[in-house]
Amino acid sequence: MSLEDAFADGPAFIPYLAAGDPDYESSLEYVEALERGGADIIELGLPFSEPIAEGPTIQNAVVRSLEGGMTPTRFFEFVEDLDVSVPLVCMTYYNLIYRYGDDHGPRPFVEKAASVGIEGFVVPDLPAEESGPLREACDEFGLDLVFIVAPTTRGERLERMMEQVSGYVYVQARLGTTGAQTDVSDQTGASLDRLAGYDVPKAVGFGISSGEHAQRIVRSGADGIIVGSALVDIVAQGHEAGDDSETVADRLETLARELKDGAVAGASQRPPHPERT
Amino acid sequence: MSTDGKFGDYGGQYVPEALMPAIEELEDAYERYVLGNEDGFMDEFRTRLREFGGRPTPLQRADRLSDRYDREVYLKREDLVHGGAHKLNNALGQVLLAKYMGKDRIIAETGAGQHGTATAMACAHLDMPCEIYMGKRDINRQRPNVFRMKLNGAEVNPVTVGRGTLKEAISETMRDWATNVEDTHYVIGSVVGPHPFPSMVRDFQSVISEEARTQAREKMGRLPDSVLACAGGGSNTMGAFAEFVDDDETALYAVEAGGSTLDVDEDAGVAPNSASLTTGSEGILHGARTTILQDHDGQIMESHSISSGLDYAGVGPELAYLVDTGRVTAVNVGDDDALTAFHRLSQMEGIIPALETAHAFGYLERVAGPDATGEHDGLGEFVVVNVSGRGDKDLESAIEETYERDIDIAPNMDEFTGGL
Repeated sequence: MSLEDAFADGPAFIPYLAAGDPDYESSLEYVEALERGGADIIELGLPFSEPIAEGPTIQNAVVRSLEGGMTPTRFFEFVEDLDVSVPLVCMTYYNLIYRYGDDHGPRPFVEKAASVGIEGFVVPDLPAEESGPLREACDEFGLDLVFIVAPTTRGERLERMMEQVSGYVYVQARLGTTGAQTDVSDQTGASLDRLAGYDVPKAVGFGISSGEHAQRIVRSGADGIIVGSALVDIVAQGHEAGDDSETVADRLETLARELKDGAVAGASQRPPHPERT
Repeated sequence: MSTDGKFGDYGGQYVPEALMPAIEELEDAYERYVLGNEDGFMDEFRTRLREFGGRPTPLQRADRLSDRYDREVYLKREDLVHGGAHKLNNALGQVLLAKYMGKDRIIAETGAGQHGTATAMACAHLDMPCEIYMGKRDINRQRPNVFRMKLNGAEVNPVTVGRGTLKEAISETMRDWATNVEDTHYVIGSVVGPHPFPSMVRDFQSVISEEARTQAREKMGRLPDSVLACAGGGSNTMGAFAEFVDDDETALYAVEAGGSTLDVDEDAGVAPNSASLTTGSEGILHGARTTILQDHDGQIMESHSISSGLDYAGVGPELAYLVDTGRVTAVNVGDDDALTAFHRLSQMEGIIPALETAHAFGYLERVAGPDATGEHDGLGEFVVVNVSGRGDKDLESAIEETYERDIDIAPNMDEFTGGL
């Protein structure tokens, strides 16, 4: 199933976890729990040592995963070991993609990712201006390249990005780095308005942590929601408390379901939109 | 000199989308104010460098070193810039630029503390609120500089993630910038990061080579045969080299920190050196494609140097490019030789150099000193060494490191203290 198809039957719920956090085996269980909870697409983080776009929650997850021995090679094994049927998106930083294989450049990484069943990429430190080679490799192997639209993105930059994007657009709800928030910024509405003319699903992320948030975001026009830090928090707390992986997986599934239900409820409350009918 | 942000394949802008508008705004400001001198920006910068910064710095003949090395050795005295290092040239330029841009908050990161103190001084001078991110480990190594930053009214935010050094502090400052991008300017301290930083910082620092070039003609009646500068991120290096790049008769030597060894333990993720140009490889770090210390997967390695100012896993993209093209020769000097050179310069010339700077003198000793074979001596008759900073900030670690090692020319303090 392609990424865009995942948006066909209503709002898509897109959770994120760092692969291998806090260890390989538990992480497999956690990702699978997200699918049981209603995930339509899963963003899997491949940890990089300098995650400059992440807040403390995901940064710490990255540290745990790297300390547990996660590498690009292990990551591809992880994807193969996963028992999920929803599309997977690899979220990582460009140096890992660029350095993979013997010849420098993104092609070997993309080829390998395609062979294990990855459907697309989110690369937070790769703006549209530098993404030509990765876009080319994605086209060659049939993968999507998701771009992040910030509240500050407009004009020519937005145009350039929208020419290259495929799968869905990641709409950053507020400025800053990733991290769960108690409030969801009203910058989201403005960003969605700017994107209204583009025919690609819009998924909103950064700061969503509850079903109520999810509902509000979808009601305001999002085609999907992306949730990372609130889920990573559950992993971190379970790890610190020494809880068994089954218990943590249950918690993840519960929050996932709440978020998915919130998104679905939000869609049903959406005022009729002329462009959507 | 490139102004499009690319140096061959190096450079570019690899940053989170939220930062791109700020980068574009800065690019525009760089072109207008720095390159175009709009509103007399560069005139004001030069005036402040002169009056607040104490420029021009002398190009001083080092008499005893000239005897020792049997050639004309000249010192470009950036240690005499206000604050004790070349760092002020850039900090003053960027804080002033932020004012011209209408920003009302400054953030910066610092390793040894020199860039942090320079930024804090520039902010106090230009009345701008200032926050500095500094690794916890570096805070412990460089307490006097932390105090100096606070004296000048800056807030110092300790960074505890990872090993708590410059690499982590840069990542943390980028996060702050991404959050507060609309009113905040990030003063990057070296010729690293996304375009326009590498070009802009080089331009602010190129006053070093601009003066040195003129002074060399006055004092030597010619251009130097070689210029030596230590290289961490590369800001004093590019500053000392920039105006000589087109002078083919002048050889340029970038002296990196060889640390304890050039061997790299990839499995442990540790490089016991900071010699990115010598032991690193091409990759993308902190917004630019350049030469970095990384393992075979592309994870960034922890670097090491006796000098926290050189302790960084990357190097400026222009410097990496100039080394690739052969215009600049990258060499390196280890911890022990740098520390010995630190003592030698203190004793022979009455100049206590920064441990960073001592690496450049370590190289001079290796190729031209009494034990040198002469085999690698490409320095020529007239040599300029960039004294990038003074060593007062390093005294605590110099005392500690000296007594951990067997430095035969080090002063003996036992008679006063009964041992340390």
